[in-house]
Amino acid sequence: MNEKIQNLIRYLTSKGAVSIDASVNGAIALDVRKTMFSQAAKILKEADFRLVAEWASDETFFDRGFVVYAAYNNGSDYLVIKSEMPSGESSFPTLTKHFPGAYRLERQIDSLFGLNPGGHPDLRPWIKHEDWPEDSYPLRKSFDAATPVRRVERDYKWAKAQGEGVFEIAVGPVHAGIIEPGHFRFQAVGEDIINLETRLGYVHKGIEKRFEALSWATAVRLSGRVSGDSTVAHAVAFCMAAEEAAGCVPPERARYLRAIMIERERIANHLGDIGAICNDTAFAFLHYQFSILREKVLRTNLKVFGHRLMMDRVVLCGVDADLTKVGTDAILSEIKEISGEFERLVRIYEDNPSLEDRVFGTGVLKPEVAKALGVVGFVARSSGQKLDGRLQNPFPPYDKFVPRMPLLKSGDVHARVWVRIEEVRESFRLVKELLGELPNGPLVAGWVPPLPGQSGFSVVEGWRGEIVYWVQCAPDRSINRCMVRDPSSMNWLAIEQAIRGNIVPDFPLCNKSFNQSYSGHDL
Amino acid sequence: MLKIFHQIFRTGIVTEPLDHVEEAKVTLTGSMLEEEVMKRFSGSVAIRLVDAGSCNGCELEISAVTNSIYNCERFGIHFTASPRFADLLLVTGPVSRNMEIALRRTYNAMPSPKLVVAVGDCGYNGGIFGCSYASLGGVGNVLPVDAYIHGCPPTPSQILNGILKAIRKI
Repeated sequence: MNEKIQNLIRYLTSKGAVSIDASVNGAIALDVRKTMFSQAAKILKEADFRLVAEWASDETFFDRGFVVYAAYNNGSDYLVIKSEMPSGESSFPTLTKHFPGAYRLERQIDSLFGLNPGGHPDLRPWIKHEDWPEDSYPLRKSFDAATPVRRVERDYKWAKAQGEGVFEIAVGPVHAGIIEPGHFRFQAVGEDIINLETRLGYVHKGIEKRFEALSWATAVRLSGRVSGDSTVAHAVAFCMAAEEAAGCVPPERARYLRAIMIERERIANHLGDIGAICNDTAFAFLHYQFSILREKVLRTNLKVFGHRLMMDRVVLCGVDADLTKVGTDAILSEIKEISGEFERLVRIYEDNPSLEDRVFGTGVLKPEVAKALGVVGFVARSSGQKLDGRLQNPFPPYDKFVPRMPLLKSGDVHARVWVRIEEVRESFRLVKELLGELPNGPLVAGWVPPLPGQSGFSVVEGWRGEIVYWVQCAPDRSINRCMVRDPSSMNWLAIEQAIRGNIVPDFPLCNKSFNQSYSGHDL
Repeated sequence: MLKIFHQIFRTGIVTEPLDHVEEAKVTLTGSMLEEEVMKRFSGSVAIRLVDAGSCNGCELEISAVTNSIYNCERFGIHFTASPRFADLLLVTGPVSRNMEIALRRTYNAMPSPKLVVAVGDCGYNGGIFGCSYASLGGVGNVLPVDAYIHGCPPTPSQILNGILKAIRKI
């Protein structure tokens, strides 16, 4: 614990009773009184911390009521503030007034737990659509996951814009392309967007509740399907949280293989998305070219790891994949081949005025807005935020293999493309270096479930950004609660801000440049 | 502009050859598909995709079916933005409670005769998500399904094969 944190704890203690909670592993956790929950947020905001996640947990099985948690980060410090609600109480003070990024996280807590964030400006249901009975709270222990939920007649109150010439465009949930479902409602005047409101939750399939019914080993498979494009990063994040809680350490070779797979996942997704962004400017040529490269990466994955997306290769305390000399050579020759091709395509990207016209100055997310909303990942780095989970939480081997962070301030579509171009280059380098120093040894270490009440917190930088998990072990040593925070949960708010003042036809382009997960958000 | 032409000619036609097994599967499926598409759909099958609750894994592989390597358009198969022109509905994911109505509406908006193909293990029986308060399980619980494509996610060639299987049913 460094001096800054110690001072902060002393300061928090001077404001009220605060104790260090040793049951939370992987971050420093402080227990505070409920009334201090919001005050602590204010103090942390002044100390330049950002809100990482906010969630609740039903701890009935520990003879407690509900507990609310908020995680904060500054530099390499992650701090969890935890506050127990006296039994029978179901409200807690909102954090939204200090951290706007808490806005939807708290609506989600309100909808799924029935815990009221007192002072919250907008408590329309979130994830739970309006046709759910108001009093069904799926994440409470008293709610049986198998219960079908009846439909009720209710309306969602959309934000309205009024005035001469203002009209509304409603899009989705089913979109034109091969993408996930969500609803977007634009208020526009002519072609200019004056407001966008998103409504998500369409792919809510009860993931967090499902975790509580699965064994630890099966839960890893589920975490690999929270967002299929980030299967490796999510599975690693879940395993790291579970390993923190259990005090197990995976072997070194497994850690290297996990990092190699995380970086390869980043390369594959960035390649596909850079092409898809170009496609949304009607420059289909680069789309086809980049998708060839992506396909080559997936084929190597299949050959080397036995699965195109590398699903289910990460297991508790290890990996279920190994690299032979043949596999290593296959990856190295693939990188050699596609990195040259990649650079040629990047030159074409740079050289094309019609593309430039569409991507520069479009969908600007200003650095101050990015900071206020607490966005993460490449979206944050394109808007001047120095955030990368691999640097903030440098779990091995990232302590030895440090990625260089590309940073742009313009926050437009181009910035988001360019940061990802730089990251592809960096991931090529990391994979080559990791392969060069891949240690020998076992692939899996022994797994023992955590002790009752222990919990683990983990942070992994997937291709989209910082993925956060918190897993708590139940009295019978099964999973009591698994909190999943995909980067999209923070970043979805940003697109509404970035799109204002743009023209309606640029929305698909902006949306693609953020490429957020619906499934990872809806859970 | 010259760089673009240069890259186009450097790339040539990448559609094929893959490794032997994959290659055989794709071309075999492809030639059969082409025949069926010609015979039963006058040369063109329009597909509408609905993600009814998937993790996005199946979408990635369905997108891959349209890339230059699998290039499904050469067999007369293309994805359409509107269900109104669609012959076939591809559905991914367990059907979430929140997507049930949108899925039914999309199906109802399609002209008959129409085919439904459920993609992935979730589309078959809900997969790892199962049936719950939020998930209605497999697509068959909501719509009449003509063919299932197993896999988590199925590979692009398995998806092409599954489409063929469904088309043959007409």
